[in-house]
Amino acid sequence: MMNKVVSNAHAAIEGIENGMTLMLGGFGLCGIPENSITALVEAGISDLTCISNNAGVDDFGLGLLLQKRQIKKMISSYVGENDEFERQMLSGELEVDLIPQGSLAARCQAGGAGIPAFFTPAGYGTEVAMGKEVRYFNGKPHILEDALTADFAIVKAWKGDRFGNLVFKGTARNFNPVMAMAGKITIAEVEELVEPGELDPNFIHTPGIFIQRIFQGTNYEKRIEKRTVRQRN
Amino acid sequence: MLDKTGIAKRIAQELQDGWYVNLGIGIPTLIANYVPDGLNVVFQSENGILGMGPFPFEGEEDADLINAGKQTITAMPGAVIFDSATSFAMIRGQHIQLTVLGAMEVADNGDIANWKIPGKMVKGMGGAMDLVASSDNIIVAMMHTNRKGQSKLLRQCSLPLTGVKCVKRIVTNLAVMDVTPNGFKLIELAPNVSVEEVKNATEGRLVIEGEIPEMKL
Repeated sequence: MMNKVVSNAHAAIEGIENGMTLMLGGFGLCGIPENSITALVEAGISDLTCISNNAGVDDFGLGLLLQKRQIKKMISSYVGENDEFERQMLSGELEVDLIPQGSLAARCQAGGAGIPAFFTPAGYGTEVAMGKEVRYFNGKPHILEDALTADFAIVKAWKGDRFGNLVFKGTARNFNPVMAMAGKITIAEVEELVEPGELDPNFIHTPGIFIQRIFQGTNYEKRIEKRTVRQRN
Repeated sequence: MLDKTGIAKRIAQELQDGWYVNLGIGIPTLIANYVPDGLNVVFQSENGILGMGPFPFEGEEDADLINAGKQTITAMPGAVIFDSATSFAMIRGQHIQLTVLGAMEVADNGDIANWKIPGKMVKGMGGAMDLVASSDNIIVAMMHTNRKGQSKLLRQCSLPLTGVKCVKRIVTNLAVMDVTPNGFKLIELAPNVSVEEVKNATEGRLVIEGEIPEMKL
């Protein structure tokens, strides 16, 4: 019987080696694969290229890998919440490719969907367009963007089953479904691992075909980056 | 002269019933508090929600429900959650009727810069480049001058661009202006602000035609 379940994060990241390219889901600290990041830190794997919308904060998320200098290059759209990141970037220790958020999502999706490149208006006339082919469609300039793939993609879901079918919760979905498609091997860590049949097929967000390994994570901190509330009258 | 809340209130007057609206971080986020009564406006946050509601009550924060500014939010009845690719399909595909964002600089041809100060600040563009490249209706909400008192409304942007010839309207603490082929056209003045003050605070070309009305807030 098909069984993609591995016992824990350490088993899940087996095969990730120095110098590999990883995709990591999440937006800010929301929907990040906490368990797998901790396992990568503990395994001391280095020279990583990480494709992730953000770079965590100084002491959480991808910030933990940055602290240990395990990341050689980041491909992100917004990195403003991480002082250590900014320091490493400005000093040249860390290579950084900043790309528009929509292009990042589309490039991952294209990578997973077998589309090698596409034209988008985002970034035309800016630094992002440097060296890229420009073509006009309907009188409007567009730039050519390549698809992105990764040696491993690591995503975080709310629920998942043994076949790798995934359901996300709230805005923790974000980049996870598109990155799940673009990994040569995709690891899913879930809050709740269920049996096949327990998830309604009509409401599965990521089909299990994109997932090679799945495990139930533990001790999710789910740190809130900017707790913002209103007062009761 | 307006404060940030005043700028948000003035931009809220631009909203129309049935619009889907994307609000950027900072002043634009405040606009959601001033939607005119009787209008149904759906707010999109590009991290993947349509129907973003107000901030949660204390104790009801959900780590799995945030906006693009990473703040905790709530979801309105009828809200929907989706992935980042779908979110930017809405943006790139021009399904959003209004985009409001902040800026460090705007040029009088509609160029905008808001993502990078070389050698100093490198935060990244987030979704701003996708938003400005595709939206037909872009309003910039910002202070007229920077902290050093220098104009943010320029003949040409000095900082790396976010998008070219895309800004339609600018609402600052001093005035409402539209981008026209001849430069910033003065549309309204903030309360107790003179045309002269706007002129002095604007480095780019300023077009002044006839009497300029005061904003009604």
